[in-house]
Amino acid sequence: MSNPPSTGLRSWLTTTDHKRIGTLYFWTAFAFFLIGGLEALIIRAQLAQPDGSLVSADTYNQLFTMHGTTMVFLALMPMTAAFFNWIVPLQIGARDVVFPRLNAFSYWVFLLGGLFMNASFLIGAAPDGGWFGYVNLTGPQYSPGLNIDFWVLGLQILGVASLAAGFNFIVTILNLRAPGLTMMRLPVFSWMTLVTQFLVITAFPVITVALVFLLFDRTFGTNFYVPAAGGDPVLWQHLFWIFGHPEVYILILPAMGIVSEVLPTFSRKPLFGYTVVVYSGVLIGFMGWGVWSHHMFSVGLGPIADSFFAAATMLIAIPTGVKIFNWIATLWGGQIRFTTAMKFAVGFIAMFIIGGLSGVSHASPPSDLQQTDTYYVVAHFHYVLFGGTVLGLFAGMYYWIPKMTGRLLSERLGSWHFWLTFIGMNLTFFPMHFIGLLGMPRRIYTYAPELGLGTMNLVSTIGAFVIGLGTLALVINVLWSRRHGEPAGPDPWGGATLEWSIPSPPPPHNFDVIPTVTSRLPRWTTEHPAAPSAPGSAVHVPPGSWWPLVAAAGLPIMASAVVTKLLALVFLGAAVLVFGIYRWAYEPFEV
Amino acid sequence: MESATHTEGSGHPTAGTYLRVFAVLFVITVVEVGVFYVPAFKPLLAPVLLTLSAAKFALVVMFYMHLKQDSKFFTFVFGGPLLLASAVMIGLLFLFGVFVLGG
Amino acid sequence: MTHATSMGLDSRKLAFWTFIGSECLLFGSLISTYLVYKGQSVVGPYPHEILNIPVTSLSTFDLLASSLWMVLALAAVQRGDMKWAKIWLLGVAIGGLIFLGFQVYEFTSFVHEGLTLQRNLFGASFFLLTGTHGAHVAVGVIWMLTLWVQALRGRLGPQNAITVEIAGLYWHFVDVVWIIIFTLVYLLQ
Ligand SMILES: [Cu+2]
Repeated sequence: MSNPPSTGLRSWLTTTDHKRIGTLYFWTAFAFFLIGGLEALIIRAQLAQPDGSLVSADTYNQLFTMHGTTMVFLALMPMTAAFFNWIVPLQIGARDVVFPRLNAFSYWVFLLGGLFMNASFLIGAAPDGGWFGYVNLTGPQYSPGLNIDFWVLGLQILGVASLAAGFNFIVTILNLRAPGLTMMRLPVFSWMTLVTQFLVITAFPVITVALVFLLFDRTFGTNFYVPAAGGDPVLWQHLFWIFGHPEVYILILPAMGIVSEVLPTFSRKPLFGYTVVVYSGVLIGFMGWGVWSHHMFSVGLGPIADSFFAAATMLIAIPTGVKIFNWIATLWGGQIRFTTAMKFAVGFIAMFIIGGLSGVSHASPPSDLQQTDTYYVVAHFHYVLFGGTVLGLFAGMYYWIPKMTGRLLSERLGSWHFWLTFIGMNLTFFPMHFIGLLGMPRRIYTYAPELGLGTMNLVSTIGAFVIGLGTLALVINVLWSRRHGEPAGPDPWGGATLEWSIPSPPPPHNFDVIPTVTSRLPRWTTEHPAAPSAPGSAVHVPPGSWWPLVAAAGLPIMASAVVTKLLALVFLGAAVLVFGIYRWAYEPFEV
Repeated sequence: MESATHTEGSGHPTAGTYLRVFAVLFVITVVEVGVFYVPAFKPLLAPVLLTLSAAKFALVVMFYMHLKQDSKFFTFVFGGPLLLASAVMIGLLFLFGVFVLGG
Repeated sequence: MTHATSMGLDSRKLAFWTFIGSECLLFGSLISTYLVYKGQSVVGPYPHEILNIPVTSLSTFDLLASSLWMVLALAAVQRGDMKWAKIWLLGVAIGGLIFLGFQVYEFTSFVHEGLTLQRNLFGASFFLLTGTHGAHVAVGVIWMLTLWVQALRGRLGPQNAITVEIAGLYWHFVDVVWIIIFTLVYLLQ
């Protein structure tokens, strides 16, 4: 067996193993999640009482911008990528993703893009125009510093990572399924990954173009968003939200997939209405393209546009509601085990319902006009993205980390983690509905005591720190269990899907013999078949490669040209990129 | 869709087909440029030119990119985003009040 | 990559078609912007004053012809006729270079007539749309030359015709994007 080196820094820098790349994604995303969380805690500390003075207005702008940008692009998306990498090949019975080096490239580009964006803190010029970067606030006139340049370029680099991973996972899921694993037998998590990646490859090009226009306005003096020259800042809003709404589904669909795996396992029942859940996911992904202007009702697009986007947005609640009913029906009559993973999955359903309902409330333009730019919206999307995506990802951690490390997480600490997080998030975000409707706008760094919102804001801040405590329990749990956790064995939960048929952690080649699948729940219907026979010949494992890392390094070098005003860096970065790609293309690499 | 026993590479058109397709593309382009210079065509210019370029697009995609005889799934993977892009474009033109092309 | 795949389709080709699907949204956004901003410029030069239909028609024919050479190159590689494969591949690269030459000529003459990136919205959206397309052509030229060198070194043959087929998909896609740009930008002023 020609195994690549299995330890040492070099083995990690050159790895093309989807499991190791998944681990890299996991820890990087985890670190950014903690950074983004820290930014949130500073924001909440500043708002704990009226006329807060912990940070300046300027710092506050950087904090909420980087909190949003970090959580969306550097924490949640990459954490879903950690699960795509780790679990999808195992669920479909593959030995790796279809393009292992492209996969490594995606990770390195993501890491370098994240570091590039955060390097802005070092020179005190972190992005400060909001995660949505509305022009003309972010144009050269009102944002002359480097802050927005870091944001624009960082997002461009991260987009490359997402696109490359998108092509890779689409082809992996479509083309590397084990014999007999038809699309209608595919585990729901892999299905939702597929839908998510189709959204990624279609939505990211749109923000790429929007960002290029902004970059040109800022760097070369074009007038794309300059009203005096006939340009229209609303074009930015359209392009951003054409990307931005599908992006919301890019964040929530993987969590829906995780929950659709966890609930059946711990109810010991097949997912209720598998086909309907899959088709609803596809429909949500598709309809997600026709609703973007619900973020822009306050622009005044006219009655026809408002009506269209309001109706489309309300319609999208139908497939979403269908999924919720299917999850609840899965629980019905099941032999429910309330493990930590299960608690988070059930918590996901409850919190996502609240977030979904408040979302429908601003699908209606008149109602939305009351809520736009207030804390009500902040409450809404945190119920969706924290109550939904983050709780879903936590469920995934307790469910799949034993597969990754071979050791169970502590259920006791897990229980602390769940209850602190669950109570903390409701303390934090529920009052924000009222804070918003009573008139407190978003993105302001202080508020007057006369507003009478001091108490509710204090409750919200206390809740945020309770979430912080819960997250601390998670950190301790993950670190502690690496050595002291109970050995998990191949199948600690009695799962139905293929990842539970191999050892934990899996060997480099995953499956000694590629399984043949005969049903939607292979592990439950074939009643633990005999141990798989040894392979006829040694299983080939591809060697590592340096070139994905080298090629990835070209992108931040090119981006640095804009912030340093050194044109030569463009050519240097391009040369590094092209060199890396050519060595990669002509490297002997047998998959 | 699943495990179709699809034979790739074989059944590509012959050089003769490629040349005939090129001849048609050439003629259409000549017509397009010609129509542009005929003032009488002014009111019909937009629909005529859009139809002609759609025909060229379809010919290249079907014959030179082999979608006509290749797996239908490639058509789906390409056609889906293409339709999405067209829908978004029409949506944007509508939202910015320039829906009438070239009008 | 020689393993049987679930769909019976070559993985690289499938990946490349998804990439082309993604590119549709990239060019779709650029073309949408061009059309949305058409007629919104507050100063000239305006499209009808400056767009050169005769010259652009020539470069359009050139790109169309290069697409023909591309399919002929693929057919030659598939039947193992490497002599003609080399000729057609080089032809495609030269066709691409000629197109880029036309574009350089066009851009410089526009700048001389006062149309720059900064001048007005037409200039900005026109240069970014056609420039992005030109950058794609340039990448295609480098790709074709790489394949041509591979062919010269005897490393290209029917066994890896798929690499030429994928390069062809790229080239033809760039061609159909130009078909659209030629109509929407140049002919429908
Ligand atoms: Cu939305």
